[in-house]
Amino acid sequence: MSNFPAGLKYTAEHEWFTDDSPTTIGITWTAQDALGDIVYLELPAVGTVLVAGSVVGEIESTKSVSELFSPVSGTVVEINDGAVESPDLVNTDPYGAGWLIKVDVTETGAVLTASEYETQVGS
Amino acid sequence: MTATARLSPLHDEHVALGASLTEFGGWEMPLRYGSDIAEHTAVRTAAGLFDLSHMGEIMVTGPEAASALDHALVGWLSQVGVGRARYTMIAQEDGAVIDDLVVYRLADEEFLVVANAGNTDVVHAALVERCSSFDATVRLTSVETALVAVQGPLAESILVSLVSSDVDAVTGLRYYAIVPAVVAGIDTLVARTGYTGEDGFELFVPAERARELWTALLAAGVPAGLVPAGLSARDSLRLEAGMPLYGHELDLTTTPFEAGLGRVVRLDKVTPDGSVVEFVGRAALASRKGSPPARVLVGLSVLGRRPARAGHSVIMDASKPDVVIGRVTSGAPSPTLGHPIALAYVTPEVSAVGTRLAVDVRGRAEEVEVIALPFYRRD
Repeated sequence: MSNFPAGLKYTAEHEWFTDDSPTTIGITWTAQDALGDIVYLELPAVGTVLVAGSVVGEIESTKSVSELFSPVSGTVVEINDGAVESPDLVNTDPYGAGWLIKVDVTETGAVLTASEYETQVGS
Repeated sequence: MTATARLSPLHDEHVALGASLTEFGGWEMPLRYGSDIAEHTAVRTAAGLFDLSHMGEIMVTGPEAASALDHALVGWLSQVGVGRARYTMIAQEDGAVIDDLVVYRLADEEFLVVANAGNTDVVHAALVERCSSFDATVRLTSVETALVAVQGPLAESILVSLVSSDVDAVTGLRYYAIVPAVVAGIDTLVARTGYTGEDGFELFVPAERARELWTALLAAGVPAGLVPAGLSARDSLRLEAGMPLYGHELDLTTTPFEAGLGRVVRLDKVTPDGSVVEFVGRAALASRKGSPPARVLVGLSVLGRRPARAGHSVIMDASKPDVVIGRVTSGAPSPTLGHPIALAYVTPEVSAVGTRLAVDVRGRAEEVEVIALPFYRRD
């Protein structure tokens, strides 16, 4: 029951992001499913300058921790306080209420389409 | 998942329930069926159903089975009454722990040894060798045996609903005791043991009857709140209960004393004629007993929200991250307590309850406090 909305861009590290600026960034259904129940998010503060492909946060689940990579370079303009308060939103609605950060884009890193990402995760 | 991972007799049931599978101890077993926090909470508040068919069953039988086990293990098994169980360990000559075990005495001359999945073959081989000079037979029965656990405050009422003629035997069963009973029409060994910190039962059945038993327990229990629960919930439950996991708190670099389990080492074992039982590891363990251990196992309460995990270094505080005073062996968010908890080996001088320390969580010091084990105890 994995899903890969076609209107989004993806990364090999299991992030999704929207094709606009500021872009909205989250983790994929596949990523949250592999992590299990997400209990804690560590996200970059508003104003942080990100470099595409670098580690910008942490996603903790009951069993493991996963790093959040930024698919774009740019400046963080908003973080999802709702998801920080209720990290389970990332499990229940990874493409909606469980989004993570919004970034004013200066440059986009390596990108996969929905079908390329689906091929990568083999579902 | 490797091609060689063994499958539980309940594998098809797990797949049908949508389980996420993981390899554990050479077996492909359910990690979780949905939410591991929900499975954990169900065991604390209602009941959970676990497939433990990966655990290793070894039968030791014969006129000298009891004295053979007294020689082979650190515990005093000949003192265990029929129908009772004992938590014990098998050690090397140097005192290191090969595995921790639960041993059930089924009859005067019949013992069921339950080993951890990944250690089953090495425990079996060691028992064969150590029992060879006794009139006792060691037989690996793991493949033909399935093990299913029902754990939680509703475990007894759910199990009893499937028992017809042996109800008193089941309800009267004491903790760490075992009795044969017919459950859902299946000849079962019912043990009041478990690894969750809750009341509960472990049911040994022939592998070919496992699906029938599993289905019956789900049908009887789900309306009361029972859920199937995977290894993820099993691990967080046992961590809250402060129970060791082989490969984390116990391994070949550990003696029972460091793990706070010195009580299982019975240096006072004697034969009926009064002579000392020279069990494997006795000399090494006797010499270690008097001297303070270099490290002790403690419970840590993480004061922030970032969990300390197995392998992370314990340090005094953020100012000296290079001075390592211990290592985390298990760590996870505690669903019951609402903050992360961890088990760690630390130097004795910082092991007192209330001591403030820190854990290096991926380069940042997270404050922790030594707290008394277990983290969770049922009322």
